[in-house]
Amino acid sequence: MTRPIADLLEEWEPVIGLEVHVQLATASKAFSASAIQFGAPPNSLTDPVVLGLPGSLPVFNKRVLELALRLGVATESKIRARSRFARKHYFYPDQPKNYQITQFDEPLCEAGHLDLILDKRIKRVNLTRIHLEEDAGKNTHVGAVSHVDLNRAGIPLVEVVSEPELTSAEEAAEFMRALHRLVRWLDISEADMEKGQMRCDANVSIRLRGEDRLGTRTELKNINSFRFVQHAVDHEIARQLRIVDSGGRIERETRLWDAVAGQSATMRTKEEANDYRYFPDPDLPPLVVDGALMGNVLKSLPELPTKRFVRYQTELGLAADDARTIISDLELAGFFDKAIATRAKSGKAIANWMLTELLGALNADGKDVGQSPMSPATLAALVGLVEDGTISGKIGKEIFEESYRTGEAPAAIVERRGVQQISDEPALWEIIDRVVGANPKQAESYAAGKDSLFGFFVGQVMKETQGRANPVMVSDLLRKRLGR
Amino acid sequence: MPALTRKEIDEIALLARLHLEPDEAERMQHEVGAILDTFTALAAVDTDGIAPMTHAVPMDLRLREDVVGPSLSVAEALAGAPKRDGDLIVVPAIIPGSE
Amino acid sequence: MAAEYWSVAETAQKVASGEIKAANLVIALLARIADKDRELGAYLAVDEEGAIEAAAEIDRKRAAGEPIGPLGGVPIALKDMLVTKGLATTAGSRILAGWKPPYDAHVVEKLRAAGAIIVGKNNCDEFGMGSSTERSAFQMTRNPWDAMRVPGGSSGGSSAAVAAGLCAASLGTDTGGSIRQPAAFCGVVGLKPTYGRVSRYGVVAFASSLDQVGPIARTVTDAALVLEAIAGFDARDATSIDAPVPPLAALATAGVKNLRVGVPKEYFEGAIDAEVRAAVDRAIEVLRDKGAEIVNVSLPHTSLALPAYYLVAPAEASSNLSRYDGVRYGLRAEATDLLDLYRRSRGAGFGPEVKRRIMVGTYALRSGYYDAYYKKAQQVRALIKRDFDEAFTKCDCVITPTTPTAAYRFGAKTTPVEMYLGDIFTLACNLAGLPGISVPCGLTSENLPIGVQLMGKPLDEQAILRAGVVIEKTCGLGDRRPGGF
Ligand SMILES: [Mg+2]
Ligand SMILES: [Zn+2]
Repeated sequence: MTRPIADLLEEWEPVIGLEVHVQLATASKAFSASAIQFGAPPNSLTDPVVLGLPGSLPVFNKRVLELALRLGVATESKIRARSRFARKHYFYPDQPKNYQITQFDEPLCEAGHLDLILDKRIKRVNLTRIHLEEDAGKNTHVGAVSHVDLNRAGIPLVEVVSEPELTSAEEAAEFMRALHRLVRWLDISEADMEKGQMRCDANVSIRLRGEDRLGTRTELKNINSFRFVQHAVDHEIARQLRIVDSGGRIERETRLWDAVAGQSATMRTKEEANDYRYFPDPDLPPLVVDGALMGNVLKSLPELPTKRFVRYQTELGLAADDARTIISDLELAGFFDKAIATRAKSGKAIANWMLTELLGALNADGKDVGQSPMSPATLAALVGLVEDGTISGKIGKEIFEESYRTGEAPAAIVERRGVQQISDEPALWEIIDRVVGANPKQAESYAAGKDSLFGFFVGQVMKETQGRANPVMVSDLLRKRLGR
Repeated sequence: MPALTRKEIDEIALLARLHLEPDEAERMQHEVGAILDTFTALAAVDTDGIAPMTHAVPMDLRLREDVVGPSLSVAEALAGAPKRDGDLIVVPAIIPGSE
Repeated sequence: MAAEYWSVAETAQKVASGEIKAANLVIALLARIADKDRELGAYLAVDEEGAIEAAAEIDRKRAAGEPIGPLGGVPIALKDMLVTKGLATTAGSRILAGWKPPYDAHVVEKLRAAGAIIVGKNNCDEFGMGSSTERSAFQMTRNPWDAMRVPGGSSGGSSAAVAAGLCAASLGTDTGGSIRQPAAFCGVVGLKPTYGRVSRYGVVAFASSLDQVGPIARTVTDAALVLEAIAGFDARDATSIDAPVPPLAALATAGVKNLRVGVPKEYFEGAIDAEVRAAVDRAIEVLRDKGAEIVNVSLPHTSLALPAYYLVAPAEASSNLSRYDGVRYGLRAEATDLLDLYRRSRGAGFGPEVKRRIMVGTYALRSGYYDAYYKKAQQVRALIKRDFDEAFTKCDCVITPTTPTAAYRFGAKTTPVEMYLGDIFTLACNLAGLPGISVPCGLTSENLPIGVQLMGKPLDEQAILRAGVVIEKTCGLGDRRPGGF
């Protein structure tokens, strides 16, 4: 007679902390010049350093530091002026030296934060640290043996460690989305999860609501997509709730998420407890961040997505959903900013046209914003024509189609097609007189109270003008003419 | 500082991935113990506020430009590998995450 | 004098002038090695083909009027800790048996560029861990002065080869005295440069913060010439110092007038063999006679160098040697699973001394022990460095014995700690990152060489070279050679 999870969650609060590894987009490896390329033939991208050959020595890649600093600054982390590389020892075939060069007690970044956009509000999640390290190679397990490919060994990583401040699987997934958005926004990683460029471990525990001590946590490894994060964390929360509900205790353990089976299994715990024997790497003097370097980093930093998210709503009056969609992609946001630059007052309308018409057309021919045949200025111009009443919204859609296909300026198309809206009162009076004069019966029965006929007269006027008559003016001039 | 128990020797040998024959471990227990004894002199030294000397010559880390250099050919890279399957190195099966 | 004992400078000059063909020189030397080294055991590998090719190339260049380099045609050997492209490199360990590196160490590139002929690889204690070369996994090397005695170590093969005229000079590595101590035992000059003066790229790592490559040669000037050739900045070693290399050989002969030489009392208090003590005292007097200012200095933390070293070195070694696992290269043992593969490969591939140090280092780096051991040792190391900084306000270099005794018999040191105590005078130099040199300063009544050690300020190899030249002139071995060589 176990209680439903929903009830247990009334009593228990999940607490989740994430450790996310992100590959940095450099040309060469973190500590040697051998190339980085996804999908290259096995063991074709190595050198003495990558292979951990006797006598090889690490030499640190400046670009790695620059990219990591972008993330450090973007998360408002404390940047350590002198950080240190340490050796973390564990024997594993994908780890050529059998130690990983990482950062231990003197990491590059500490005490930053990442802002999550939760439907309407923003949640600020504190980051314990962001440190630099090298990636390992790849083992593939084939029956009785494992195969080792060391191409990936030595690729630079940042490890982003959050405080245990996430309280649901949704928030955990949103943390991943926010980080993914940010690193792509900062252009420091493609963060393609299919390619393992962004990987996540989750520390999950539960505690009675109101309790401030943390419960015993389990570490979930190997969760490599947004969906898996949510699924795996949900699954683990439920597992822990069931255990406590049936009077059991949570074991401190590491569990491996199996996306296929949709469940986690405890990792075979080795007979020996691992002791990483961290110590400062004697091959690598302290890593110093000087003012010049910081200056360059600050200059190269774009306005952050969450800042724009807020600005679009407060300054342009966009709906939260539209704002979120626009900041989900730096290119889209860039297109939008260029468009409103020429017509700030039309922000809302431009957002609508961009998100519906433009994205619709682009999707149809499988293009993204970067490849849009219509420029931001052109879109803004089109929206302008509609807004100042030169053309109707309906005509506007047609003009968009043509301009999108031909690249011709909207105004020119309107000229050529002569589809300007008729808002000239005398001209409209003349047409209305003609229409009413030509339909005396209908005019009488309308006057007699047959309201439904009003639409008939509007239709006639539109017919006369091929739909160009200004609908608003038409209806009030008709009312005057028909007497009610 | 404590003399070493045989259990400790076995734990350290496992951490270091060293197979020791029983007699070897036996000898190791005494020899390593004797070496650790020579360290007692250090404990007595007052080192409060002394920064550990990690590098023989103080310097800052030099940074390398992100420029791609040559990689070894697969043949060169794997020339020394005791067991291969094509372009891959072969080891006994790893239970994922068993380390 | 026979060609095999020509100095580096002499050889280079004779080849450059065309007085002798490099090829002939090398062929004669190879024959001598084939004859003499069977007994001596100084070489693990001799690169006959490569040496003859390189020599022929030097002769061709000379004939064509092309520059042949400052060491053009000079036959030089390498301790087997130095990585050589396509030439087996073992570090004296079974775990690397048969490994052929795909690249050359920086110093090897430099030697080739200077025109030197790489003759072969010298025997050494496994991974440089030893003081007698008895820890080599492959063979024993005898002391040319007494076949029953050790050549010292870990660069024992290099020192023996140089002393026996089986090469003009050899490169050794020095982590706690491994160049200076065997040089003293074999009656040759051993120079350990300032840490960072010579690139460690391609040097099989023992203890990264202590290791340095340096020359072993028959004269101080030869050592200076070879150092000039291998020293200098290398971007591939993050601890390489970007400083110009002065013309050391030329400066070495400047004499010692007004050179302030410190005598650290702590180095003369312990148990030192009387003959060694007397020889060193004589050397000090000679320096005084030649115009040096002898000053008494104190290095209070000297007695802590031994424990600090035997903590720092094994800790770093345990980390550096974790890469030898039978996966990518080297020895792989039959195994049932991965853990077994690691343990059996390393168990079978490493010798007892290496295993001991890995055990000590692993012990000291464990969490909970780190502060009390490794960190503490590195703090004490800072105090030892401080002692030298203080002393160098009063003097330009210090003089001490290189070893407490002359070469001992094989098997004389029965316990590890006994063996370690033989290094007491050479360890501090590495801990402090200073340049140090051992120069022959006489023979014992048993006709065994005695070495005197000079240590200088960082990047000031000149001072110790100047003092070395003067000592060599007046109390060196002159042309006394080991019998039978
Ligand atoms: Mg982690
Ligand atoms: Zn990590």
